[in-house]
Amino acid sequence: MAFDYAPAPESTAIVNIKSSYDLFINGEFTPGGGTPFTTINPATEEVLATISEANQADVNRAVASARRAYDKTWSKLSGADRGKYLFRIARIMQERGRELAVLESLDNGKPIKESRDVDIPIAAAHFFYHAGWADKLEFAGYGSNPQALGVAAQIIPWNFPLLMLAWKVAPALATGNTVVLKPAETTPLTALLFAEICQQADLPPGVVNIITGAGETGRMLVEHPDVNKVAFTGSTEVGKAIQRQVAGTNKRLTLELGGKAANIIFDDAPIDQAIEGIVNGIYFNQGHVCCAGSRLLLQESIAEQTIESLKRRLQTLRLGDPLDKNTDIGAINSREQLNRIIDLTKSGEDEGAERWSPACAIPDKGFWFAPTIFTNVTQAHRIAREEIFGPVLSVLTFRTPDEAVEKANNTQYGLSAGIWTEKGSRILWMANKMRAGVVWANTFNRFDPASPFGGYKESGFGREGGVQGLGAYLNVEDPS
Amino acid sequence: MMNNNDRVEIRKTHKLFIGGAFPRSESGRTFEATNSSGEFLANMAMASRKDARDAVIAARTAFASWSKATAYNRGQVLYRIAEVMQGRAEQFVQDIQNSEGVSIKKATKQVDTAIDRMVWYAGWADKYAQVLGNTNPVAGPFFNFSVPEPTGVVAAVAPDSPSLLGLVSVIAPIVMTGNSVIAIASYKNPVPAITLSECLATSDVIGGNINILTGDPADIMPWLATHADVNALDLTGITSAELITQLESDAAGTVKRVRTAPADPDFYATPTLSRVRAFTEIKTVWHPMGV
Repeated sequence: MAFDYAPAPESTAIVNIKSSYDLFINGEFTPGGGTPFTTINPATEEVLATISEANQADVNRAVASARRAYDKTWSKLSGADRGKYLFRIARIMQERGRELAVLESLDNGKPIKESRDVDIPIAAAHFFYHAGWADKLEFAGYGSNPQALGVAAQIIPWNFPLLMLAWKVAPALATGNTVVLKPAETTPLTALLFAEICQQADLPPGVVNIITGAGETGRMLVEHPDVNKVAFTGSTEVGKAIQRQVAGTNKRLTLELGGKAANIIFDDAPIDQAIEGIVNGIYFNQGHVCCAGSRLLLQESIAEQTIESLKRRLQTLRLGDPLDKNTDIGAINSREQLNRIIDLTKSGEDEGAERWSPACAIPDKGFWFAPTIFTNVTQAHRIAREEIFGPVLSVLTFRTPDEAVEKANNTQYGLSAGIWTEKGSRILWMANKMRAGVVWANTFNRFDPASPFGGYKESGFGREGGVQGLGAYLNVEDPS
Repeated sequence: MMNNNDRVEIRKTHKLFIGGAFPRSESGRTFEATNSSGEFLANMAMASRKDARDAVIAARTAFASWSKATAYNRGQVLYRIAEVMQGRAEQFVQDIQNSEGVSIKKATKQVDTAIDRMVWYAGWADKYAQVLGNTNPVAGPFFNFSVPEPTGVVAAVAPDSPSLLGLVSVIAPIVMTGNSVIAIASYKNPVPAITLSECLATSDVIGGNINILTGDPADIMPWLATHADVNALDLTGITSAELITQLESDAAGTVKRVRTAPADPDFYATPTLSRVRAFTEIKTVWHPMGV
């Protein structure tokens, strides 16, 4: 007997989306001089709003506003007072949490249960955590008198729009910097609602500026001579371009880039928990996660059985309306991203890997991709080497722990890794061997403002979160 | 040069230090090291692209074992370098006087500071992880901790002066944490670096962990900045803004970490942990807590 779920949509009445949005500069909404663009709901392809594009003059205005705010107000405030503004912002984000969650799911396509239970609460927590640092920086291990850098240019991706904003803005403000932030062109709405939150919090004008636009706007922002710090989260390709752009300047740089994480399952792993961890690792947020466990490494003796269990579990995942509270897999964020996933999965088939997806009804409109598993994958396949950034899992096998280490580290990336085993000594041995910035043992995809996040190798440098994350925004005088 | 009993002195051949051995440059090229008045001191090996690449292979190989050595052991190996340096102190003073043309007092101060700098970093080996790492009180039933780990293979350029103290100040924080280094000695005052290489060869340093090249950094560094098996660059000794821009740009090819020194660096002041942070990575490990 089959049980069907009744639809359980979250109401959109809580959020009031305007037909058009301006840039947020110097505490006010102001039209941009570029060519306006639209942001759509990726689950329906309906236009949500028209967005201003920031041109060079707007970038100049935004940076000048941030500089003025830094010189005249923000750098003169005590740490305690800076902290109070951050506490206010954290509280307003909590108060308007549901509104932010609905807006995030509409603009991004992610399931409401994820925006409601993960993105928005952790974003608020980031402000709360960093608020408390603002007047305690001399205890953070960066010397007795760490200083702000000045104006921070921050560019964030579309996969966790408000959460990535929080990861960037909260530490920058706590350490005394002012910011110009550019959200991704496909997901600007929660950043613009955040601008209203800054107004409600009476944050001094110019401390936070939000400019919208695509890559060209980002390039102009990074290149602006009055920027002291550049923080970027996004693809490794763009990250490298930005690193080249800031070469020879004194701009400080942190990069949080791509990943191709191994999720390693040993034969003694708690297999039911591991299955949940594998699903969470690659199908959470449609696989639009830089630290996604996109390469599953199974110990050979349990490979067949684990793949069977995994397939069974995938058949229970519900794909569809992001606003439905029972939805597990939402919409792919854009047609461009969908095409990239289609292209890479096609290469997987062409190169000889075996493709499987559960029977899964795909809505008529919008951008969707059924959860997919590839078996018979070799390390040379593109689907084992390149970041797909979609709900696609490549399965490889290993025999010994040494082989698992070898395969896990055989990548240009080094953002995260997963280890599943009941043996404590093996967890610590494996964790030590992983060339990756975050290691989840018997869990996956956990995030917390107190926990530093960031990569090794071509996954970038610098950390976000924790005491280590403060270093990205502090100037320490070194004698040599 | 004759010594005071008219014996014809045995001179030293000045070679590179790669993989624990002293090869000549593969290129067969040399350059003249001179004193501050421009008089000939020695023919130095002019390191080439091939020498740099050989050094990367040696450094990567040594990284596998050196990065796994215990912190206590790393501290002792660095301390051992200081012991051997102390035994060579007079030679270092002579080298520095010859190369830099400074007084015996200044040269002695430089040597003493360099040896003490090595000891300072030796003592950090089993402490820096306690200072740069910590547990994290996350909001959930997890044990979560962050530890610093070595970045990998670092290519570093020592400043022209102070030639010995600058080289030691660059090398020590890199290798203390478990990294391997390819260090390019002062192009202007390269002679003390050779004596340091001899100290390294006769201490307990794993062959290939510390490699010292002599030659023109402007020739060698572009090959290292674009080398995919180099993880990070220390541009302390590069003063040309143009070359810094080029190397920082080249580093982007594989997202290398890059550190440049502040303008007018003071190597005599007690360092901060900045150099240690620059060439380590923070790893954060999560595990659930439960019964």
